[in-house]
Parts: sequence; C-alpha cells; structure tokens
Amino acid sequence: MSLTHEESAASLSVRDIDVHGVTTELYEGGSGTPILYLHAGEGLRPSAPILGLLASAGHLLAPVHPGFGVKPRPPSFSTIGDLAYFYLDLLEQLELDKVAVVAADFGGWIAAELAVRSTARLSHLVLAGPTGIKCGDREDRDIADMFALGRAELIELMYENPAVSQVGESSLREDFDGLSDDALTSIARSRESMAVFGWSPYMHNPRLRQWLHRIDIPTLVLWGARDRFTLPEYGAAFAAAIPAARFEVLEAAGHYPHIEQPERFVEVVANFLEIKSSSVVAGRPS
Amino acid sequence: MRVWQFSEMPYTPAWGLDTDSLRVTLPNSNYDPKLGAEIYRRQFENYLLADDLGFDLMSNEHHSTATCLQASTSVILSSLARSTTNARLLSLGNPIANRPDPVRVAEEMAMIDNLSGGRLEVGLIRGTPAELSSVNANPARMVDRFWEAHDLILKAWTSHDGPFNWEGEFFQHRQVNIWPTPFQQPTPPVWVTVGSASTARRVADEGHVIATLLGGYSSRSTFDAYRARTLELGRPYPKSDRFGYLALVSVGATDEAGLERARLMQPHLDVSLLMPQQFLNPPGYAPVEANVAALKRGAKGSLSTHQQVGSGEGKDVMLGKKLPSLASVKRSMDQGLLFAGSPDSVLQQITDFSRAMGGIGHLLMLGHAGYMSFDDVADNIKLFGNEVLPALRELPEVDEAELAAERDELRRTVP
Repeated sequence: MSLTHEESAASLSVRDIDVHGVTTELYEGGSGTPILYLHAGEGLRPSAPILGLLASAGHLLAPVHPGFGVKPRPPSFSTIGDLAYFYLDLLEQLELDKVAVVAADFGGWIAAELAVRSTARLSHLVLAGPTGIKCGDREDRDIADMFALGRAELIELMYENPAVSQVGESSLREDFDGLSDDALTSIARSRESMAVFGWSPYMHNPRLRQWLHRIDIPTLVLWGARDRFTLPEYGAAFAAAIPAARFEVLEAAGHYPHIEQPERFVEVVANFLEIKSSSVVAGRPS
Repeated sequence: MRVWQFSEMPYTPAWGLDTDSLRVTLPNSNYDPKLGAEIYRRQFENYLLADDLGFDLMSNEHHSTATCLQASTSVILSSLARSTTNARLLSLGNPIANRPDPVRVAEEMAMIDNLSGGRLEVGLIRGTPAELSSVNANPARMVDRFWEAHDLILKAWTSHDGPFNWEGEFFQHRQVNIWPTPFQQPTPPVWVTVGSASTARRVADEGHVIATLLGGYSSRSTFDAYRARTLELGRPYPKSDRFGYLALVSVGATDEAGLERARLMQPHLDVSLLMPQQFLNPPGYAPVEANVAALKRGAKGSLSTHQQVGSGEGKDVMLGKKLPSLASVKRSMDQGLLFAGSPDSVLQQITDFSRAMGGIGHLLMLGHAGYMSFDDVADNIKLFGNEVLPALRELPEVDEAELAAERDELRRTVP
C-alpha cells in the first residue's frame, strides 16, 4: 500500500458535527466531487489507506455512524432508518449536492436505505459488500452469523489475506496493543451497535428489497471475489434489484475490498464516478 | 436463615463430549429422552425429600444446554406446587429480558401462586449471556428491557380495575387485565439476582430481595450497596431476609467424606460454563467501558469480561475422566463458592460466611451438582436437613451491637 497510516490520517481533518442534536465525528479531506463514505459495521478505521485515497479522488466526507465511535449512541436511535435519516439530514445541513455515496458492508445497508428514501442530493452510489436485504429461503442464511462465530472463523470468511485483519483498527485483531482508548472504545461500541441495529431481523430489513427499484441513480455494486461472509451471488441479487446498477467483482479481496485492495478499489470507484484517473494518481503520494 | 434446595438438573451423560461447549451448540442428539425422563423422576423425588425435611425449594431455567434440564421454571414450579405441601417455592428465575411477553410471565406466576396456596416467591432475572441465542433476544439494551418488563409485571399483578394500557419502548399492550391475580397480596415476594453495586441500588429502590449466585466474598460490596441505598432512602436498615446467596453445599458424616463428595460437585464450577467465547460475551451484554477495559487488560482479541471460574485442572477434568483434586475443592471453599465437610463444619462455614456478608437470610443450596449420583444427593440432603438446617433456621440476626457499628460505617459512606 502506498500510504502509511500516518500519511493517510495526516491528509484528513476531523471535527465534531451536530446534526439536529446528534453529534458525531466527521473526517474530511480533498477537494472536488463530494464523496460521502459510509464505513463498515466494525467501525471507521481512521488509519486505513482508503480514506486518504478517496480524499485524493474528491472531497471526502467520512462520518462516524452515531453509536460507532467514542460518543454514546443516541438513545432514540435503534433502527437502520434512524441512520438513513440522519445522513439525509447531514447532506441537507452541509448543503451538499451531486454527492457520490461510497459505502461498505453495514454502511452499504445504510446507503441503500438512504437512497430508497431520497436520491435528490446524490449523483452515484457505490455499494461494496452491502448487507441489508433477504434473498434466500427462511432456512438459508445470506449473511454469516457474525454473533455466533469466533474470531478465527470470521477472519476466514471475511478476508482473502488474513494478515490484513491484524492491522490498524481492525476489530478482529488478536492483539490490541498500541491502539488508543478512543480506538478501543470505537471497536467495542461498534460491536454493540451492530447488535442494536442488526440483531433481529439479522442484518437486514425484510422490506428493503422491494423498494430498491426506487434507486434512480447510477449504482455500482462491488464484491470481493473471495468474500465468504456474504457470497458474490448475494451481491449479484442486490444489483439486480436496482434498475441502473452494475455488478463488479474485485479479485484478491474478501468482504472488505476497500481494506484489502484500497488502490484498486479507488481506481474502480474513480472510473465509475468519471473522475479522471490522472488526478487520482497525481493526488497520491508514490 | 431459610435454606432453598436446588439442582440445575444437569444432564451429565453429555458432559465431556465436546471440550469447547456444553451450551448453545451441543447437538440435542446427545440427549436420550428415556434417560432424561428418568433424571426428571429422580430429581422430583429429591425435591419431595427436601420438602419433607423442612427445606424450601428453588428452580431456575436455562436453555439449549446439557448443564440444566430446567428449561422452564414455570413447568417445574407448577408441578412442585401440586406435589409439595410445606416448602416455599422460589423461581430464580424468570429471564424477563428474554421473554417476548412479560404479561404471560405475570399470569403464569400468579397461577403458580394460586396452585401452591401462596407459597411462591418470584425471581426476575436478566439471564446469562448464553441464554440469548435460544430465544434470539438482543443482548444490547437488555437492562432497559429488563426494567420495563419488571414494571409491567408488577403493574399487571397489582392492577384490579379493568384493563390498562402499556405502550412502552419494548412492550406494547392495550388490554392488560390478568386472571387469576396472585394469591399473595399485593404480590408474591420478588427477588432479583444482582452482580453489581449499581443494580443492587436499583433493586433497593424497589425493596426486593437480592441474591448473588456464586459471587463469593465480593458479594459483600453488592449487599452493602443495597444497604447503603436503603438508608439513603430514609428506610430502616434492611434485615437479613433481603439477602440471598447461592453456593454448592456438600455434607458428609466426616470432614473427609464431605470433601470427597465435593470433588463430585466441583465440576459444576469447572465445566458448566464451557461455551465458545462469542456466546460468553455477546455484543452489548457487558457495557462498552467493561469491554474496553478487557481489551486493555490484554485479552488478546477476547471481548470477554467474564472470568472462567473453576480449577483450571485441564482436559481430563473437562472430559470427566478425572475428578478435580482436593486442592481445587479447597480453593473453591476459600472463595466462598462451596461449603463442605461434616455437619458441624458446614454449619460453622455458613455461619461465618453470613457474618462476613453482614447477615444473609437465605442460603440457596446447590445440594446437587456435577457428577453426584441421586443417592449421593439424597444422602447430602438428609444429612443437611437433619443436622444443619435446624440450627440455621434458629440463627439469630447478626448481633445488634455489631450491626450498629456497621450501620454507622455505612452511613458515613452515604452522601
């Protein structure tokens, strides 16, 4: 990876933002096309190269989902809709238009819920390994039961390269030495909030799939070829339910292509957003 | 002191089949219904024996586990309500944060109170982490759910003017009007199991009985939190009947015989919490702060805040091929988890422990645990019932002069 953690974090600013009484942290950097990055359910990883790379492609806004960071979860937030409306409010408050939403895993579920409600301020949608819909029969499990699996089993299902699960603010590290209290708090709170929002029905909204047709903007559904947490077939079904969606598989990646293949990931996203790749390369330290 | 005989009704034939888990994941193909029915029969025989000897009786419930065949406290107690005559009957308890319908709990408990002629005591409990999977209950926000269910049950028992409305955060009803009402008015005695000072304070507000289960000597701080809160509210210093404690009890004709029997029971502490990490600490069960502290303690990726109890004597003990050593039995005794020895020794140990707790009025006696045979259990119950129980029933409240000193000490800590 071309960016060290320090370089990635250094290129971004972070501040608290209050949206209708709910405060969360917002990482921000870069300029150009506004990109709203909605992080995975494990929590935002401030040191992950993906943030710096996205900031080199456009104006990155990477908020911490309320309840997934150092601040307590708002007591009145308990459904995925609460998070979707929070982000619609955030876009309105920041007066952002033609926003590209780039979202991973649980963040992809939020993004889909947001987009079926309104795409008025959006230009593109990129969903990387989203959860949120139900495809199989009642005895099938589309999404591996993260609450019933041990760490080793989850690493096996989620990563092409297990070593990547041990770096940065990964929630699946064997050893959390060297992480700050804030990072540990974010990991622990994210795990709890995943139960709040996704315990039952497990990581999906039974009603979401029937409304995906409302997403009327260009959409890219990206999947890690070696994702065994949610299989590529699930991703293909997700894309098939969205009218203007394209489905694309990234090689040498599991459930977190944005973590395992950040450069390739941002290259694909930039192409999709029709951001000239030269500007991406130029903005990236070699 | 009252003594409540209790067995989790372990299905020990399946112990040791899987060294990782007795709970949640162990397939029920390992359960033989013919053998299980016989276990239930012998368990009820021993309950009736304890009733004859002057014990009170306790039931609990656990799910999807070879450690406990009491899958429903209501079923056990409704049977005991009809087959016993003297004993008070304690459910400890109803895992109300896991029950989808607290009104149903209120109804069932009211029925058992009627069936038993007013001998029921109702424990309302949060439930252990492993219990969540069997009912798909969300581990996050369990405490809030617990107290809403508690409030709804209490209101269902005490409302007599026709249906009331309940539109809470977790439970919704429009016509709550239970039949029958409890036999004991206004409600049966209510118990709550407690593991922290903050919960103890909340339970003190309600005036319920609190109990700690295998909490050892650290239970004192929990009980004191209850006492301090009671004084803070301007109420009299709580009597010992507000405090219960669960421990293993092994009585033999001699100290040696009592300790030897305890080796059969010790596996309850070694083996019965076996379960995969993810079921031991589900997300949201423990507060964020506790999980952060666990990570900082060097848990090496484990979010567990629960220490595995037991002797740590290794695989042979886990597999039931070898009994725990006398040394591990004695360690459990030192921790206050186990009272063992001759009748005189056990009486002394319990009296001393109660004193160390500032006075407890209820001993919840695991008189059957681990690999004991049913004859062992009967012998244990008889020895205790004949030679220990009479003296414990006469045990006075903790000495008034000493109490006054402790009361003053507690008052100093009250803001």
